[in-house]
Amino acid sequence: MENKEIVIQAQGLTKRFGDFIATNAITFEVYKGEIFGFLGANGAGKTTAMKILIGISKPSGGEAKVAGFDVYSETEDIKKNIGYMSQKFSLYEDLTIRENIRFFGGIYGLDRKTIKEKTDVLLKTLGFEAEADKLVSSLPLGWRQKLSFSIAILHNPKIVFLDEPTGGVDPVTRRQFWDLIYEASNRGVTIFVTTHYMDEAEYCNRVSIMVDGKIEALDTPQNLKKQFHADSMDEVFHQLARKAKRSE
Amino acid sequence: MKTLLFLLEKEFRQIFRNSSIIRIIFVMPIIQLIVLPIAADYEVKNVNIAVVDHDHSSYSRQLVQKIIGSGYFRLVENTDSYKKALKSVEQNDSDVIIEIPAHFERTLIKENEAKLLLAINAVNGTKGNMGGAYLSSIIKDFNQDVRTDWVTFPRMNPMPLLDIVPRFWYNTRMNYQLFMVPGILVILVTMVGSFLTALNIVKEKEVGTIEQINVTPIKKHHFILGKLIPFWVLGLIVTAIGLTVSRVVFGIVPVGSLLVIFGFTAIFLLAVLGLGLLMSNFSDTQQQAMFFAFFMIMVFVLMGGLYTSIDGMPEWAKIMTKFNPVAYFIDVMRLVVIKGSGIYEIRNHIFAILSFAIVFNGLAIWTYKKQV
Repeated sequence: MENKEIVIQAQGLTKRFGDFIATNAITFEVYKGEIFGFLGANGAGKTTAMKILIGISKPSGGEAKVAGFDVYSETEDIKKNIGYMSQKFSLYEDLTIRENIRFFGGIYGLDRKTIKEKTDVLLKTLGFEAEADKLVSSLPLGWRQKLSFSIAILHNPKIVFLDEPTGGVDPVTRRQFWDLIYEASNRGVTIFVTTHYMDEAEYCNRVSIMVDGKIEALDTPQNLKKQFHADSMDEVFHQLARKAKRSE
Repeated sequence: MKTLLFLLEKEFRQIFRNSSIIRIIFVMPIIQLIVLPIAADYEVKNVNIAVVDHDHSSYSRQLVQKIIGSGYFRLVENTDSYKKALKSVEQNDSDVIIEIPAHFERTLIKENEAKLLLAINAVNGTKGNMGGAYLSSIIKDFNQDVRTDWVTFPRMNPMPLLDIVPRFWYNTRMNYQLFMVPGILVILVTMVGSFLTALNIVKEKEVGTIEQINVTPIKKHHFILGKLIPFWVLGLIVTAIGLTVSRVVFGIVPVGSLLVIFGFTAIFLLAVLGLGLLMSNFSDTQQQAMFFAFFMIMVFVLMGGLYTSIDGMPEWAKIMTKFNPVAYFIDVMRLVVIKGSGIYEIRNHIFAILSFAIVFNGLAIWTYKKQV
């Protein structure tokens, strides 16, 4: 991380819902190619912040740029440069694996030939060749998550946002999922990931921890452990999360 | 443009993969078109009649026979006690009582005049009313017969008879099916247009796929067109099926041009699709959308002149129907199918529906947000 090119920059980013401040003036930077862990208890404001960054929610205050584009005025440009995988499984269950890849490739503007090539590579990497023409609804959860991720990075986005991508997935599949993340990161894709698994937090290059809408800590896992005199990220998280006043 | 093709491909795949949608689109119209026009018409048949005959004369028997022979009545009670007849009304077995007094034949011949009592059960208003009207006209007819029997030498007819013979234009035999079928077809097309579109979009909201769509650089108008075009096509297919069914089953051949029908349907669909889209923007669950759509359709149908004539509505209701696209379509269908009107005659309808299409779609695009 020597040559630090900034791909996400947030300055006092705030989102209010009436009197409730979901995201309270958060400031942080994310560098190109890094895996940035965005941690916090339920209701800490992670998803709200992420929705602003991916351009589907307008901030109430502060500044933020994603891939060089403004979150107020250039959301459609942001969307061209990012991939997103939501908490909720959001591929079309009544389409097959191949049809889903084709559709999402198509709406990101890939041409038919590229889509076909990418589909073959993707199916091979994931080992899904035999299931290519099965409906997505018939796939087990772990498979779906791997497929979602692969589709989210199909159009070679600069940044990919992952909102609790491994929720409910077994440890083995979780490991495989992180292999996919590393692979993408090695290719220069920036990963912005939220998670509740602290072992996954250890895999991140840098981690921020949100408590009650504010970022309370932000550093590499090693430095955070040192700072909080803890042996694991789990302990760090507990020390911070205990201060939280609000819960879902 | 390319994006739109990918969207359309996806929508059509999903629609044709969903067997319940296919059933709704292809089977329901056929069944509804066959069943509804036959069942839901105004012609009152099978009026149950109780006859109280105190006379038992040949005339009284003739009269009863004439009534039953008309085909509109079903004799459920033939008694000589009015009490008994009333009881059958109370038990809802009879709709009408006709009481023939004693010495009916004798008084009729002697005094040239006799009285009959009609008692009508008005719980089912339409049936009672129509039954009463039929009965009066049968009795009037019977009256004529009796007169011609007795006044055999009408050298100087003391009562010049003016007989009014109605002549019905366009639907000469007052065929109710000819009147109802085009109207029911309109309802079906409206349902496909508004219900299915609204449900389709709201389903994506519910499942969460719309969020995935919203984070793509897809253009708002592409997404909306991608949703509208498939249902526009389906609406036209339903119209084609409907017209085929009405031709095969009811022998209804539109007097006017098919081109006018399809052209108008195409514009009308734009309007209701826009409405469906608008509804989906304001509902988060399929339940809400259903409720919304159901309410709208109820008002549209009941205020659309399908069952009750708009001309017979109070002034304020007539003004309301001006804002009801379904009313225009029902009117156009009847004008074209029954009367054979052309584009020029329905030009005002076309302008009205075009305005609806522009307003609904404009509002829908304006309120559709690629945001949460």
